Amino acid sequence: MFPIYTRRRLINGFNLTISLLTMAFGLFWLIWILFTLFKYGFGGISMDLFTKMTPPPGSDGGLLNAIAGSLAMTVAATLIGTPVGILAGTYLAEFGGRGWLAPTTRFINDILLSAPSIVIGLFIYEIYVVKVGHFAGWGGAFALALIVIPVVVRTTEDMLKLVPNSLREAAAALGAPRWKVITLVTWRASKAGMMTGILLAVARISGETAPLLFTALNNQFWSSNMNQPMANLPVVVFQFAMSPYDDWHKLAWAGALLITLGVLGLNILARVVFRQKMPSN
Amino acid sequence: MDGQLIQNPKIQVRNLNFYYGKFHGLKNVSLNIPEKKVTAFIGPSGCGKSTLLRTFNRMYDLYPAQRAEGEILLDGQNILDSKQDLNKLRAKVGMVFQKPTPFPMSIYDNIAFGVKLYERLSKREMDERVEWALKKAALWNEVKDILGRSGNSLSGGQQQRLCIARGIAVKPEVVLLDEPASALDPISTAKIEELINELKEEYTIVIVTHNMQQAARASDYTAFMYLGELIEFDKTDTIFVKPSKKQTEDYITGRFG
Repeated sequence: MFPIYTRRRLINGFNLTISLLTMAFGLFWLIWILFTLFKYGFGGISMDLFTKMTPPPGSDGGLLNAIAGSLAMTVAATLIGTPVGILAGTYLAEFGGRGWLAPTTRFINDILLSAPSIVIGLFIYEIYVVKVGHFAGWGGAFALALIVIPVVVRTTEDMLKLVPNSLREAAAALGAPRWKVITLVTWRASKAGMMTGILLAVARISGETAPLLFTALNNQFWSSNMNQPMANLPVVVFQFAMSPYDDWHKLAWAGALLITLGVLGLNILARVVFRQKMPSN
Repeated sequence: MDGQLIQNPKIQVRNLNFYYGKFHGLKNVSLNIPEKKVTAFIGPSGCGKSTLLRTFNRMYDLYPAQRAEGEILLDGQNILDSKQDLNKLRAKVGMVFQKPTPFPMSIYDNIAFGVKLYERLSKREMDERVEWALKKAALWNEVKDILGRSGNSLSGGQQQRLCIARGIAVKPEVVLLDEPASALDPISTAKIEELINELKEEYTIVIVTHNMQQAARASDYTAFMYLGELIEFDKTDTIFVKPSKKQTEDYITGRFG
């Protein structure tokens, strides 16, 4: 055995051990969080949770209005943010090769991507909530849409850049105009990846609390009016968890578990969609 | 040099210079491409043969840093003219690439894609056109029962024939082949060469190849290029049996630099 191999083997073993330990360290907290969530939240999962409104302290209730509000705002935010994100991402990937506009847009988008969500909440509060004079579901939807946009822009651009140029050339060589090359060939080739990006954006906004605190606020009652303050899971969890009441704590844990399971489900769905097919050549 | 050699040119290249940014890729190239014949471009990597091919349908226009100067006459019309409609040009001058590039859609839709751009056909006419193109590309028997399956599910050789079928489905006048067999096994290569031989009955074919045997087997005329210049252009037999330039002889006999 030459000493150099012994040394390499030792270094390899050392690095592998360190990697495994750090992985275990990360997983440890994650599993602890999930364990705690299930321990305190699972008991609160019942039919009541999905059929009753948020209760006053000391009485029975569920999270129906919060679940419905969260769904409504998430759907609205996705519908507003996705088209903007896809079109902007397409611009960056397909036309962003020259000039100053695309690099600037990309840079600003990266800033928006990492902007603290509370800043986005305050921004919508200033330009929307203050102007209309009251908290409203639409404000929440706009704030969440602002979080969706940069995520979708980024994933759309990244996914379109994975499409080989030869495919674009092949479509152009048949005499297809640029917009048909993009809509009929490149979009189609990266469909799975773009869908994944949208799903991840939805997962990202489903747990956001700060942007909703200043915009949709909360509502103790059922509200299907997006122009009124609207209940939503993250803010309800926040308020109930901060309260001194045990039955509210229980609902907060159940709500937190619901959000986590929802995000987990979206992530799994995103992986399944992505794995189905991406362009191979 | 070949005013007498080519009687009825489909494409006439006149003093063509090509630039990749500052790099001078083609240097004053002039030649005539004969109609309904197979013309091969050979030469070492980087000699400009693909570059020359890609000027015939102005593929380089997709990339802002690339530009061509000079004249390329297709049926007497200068296609380098800024008024030239690129999509119409490309409908007339089809292209098949080195790597098979099936679109992410069914075999049927792969063929129909290009046709739909320029013609409005009924379902029945489109079915007929798809069958016609696949038969021309000698692929029909292998795929006639799986037309709805993804083009990506075919083998490499089948994919390349699908791309040829897709190219001729729009009924072009010229077909450009950019090393169409270099990613294929010998059997698929033989099929493609057979196909080229049949297609020249109706189309003007220009093929870029690394493989000199392929040029010798499949082409009527051969152009040898080196470092962006056209060194020699003649009948394929003459080029391979009695080349007039020393450089050409060195290259085809494998004694090159």
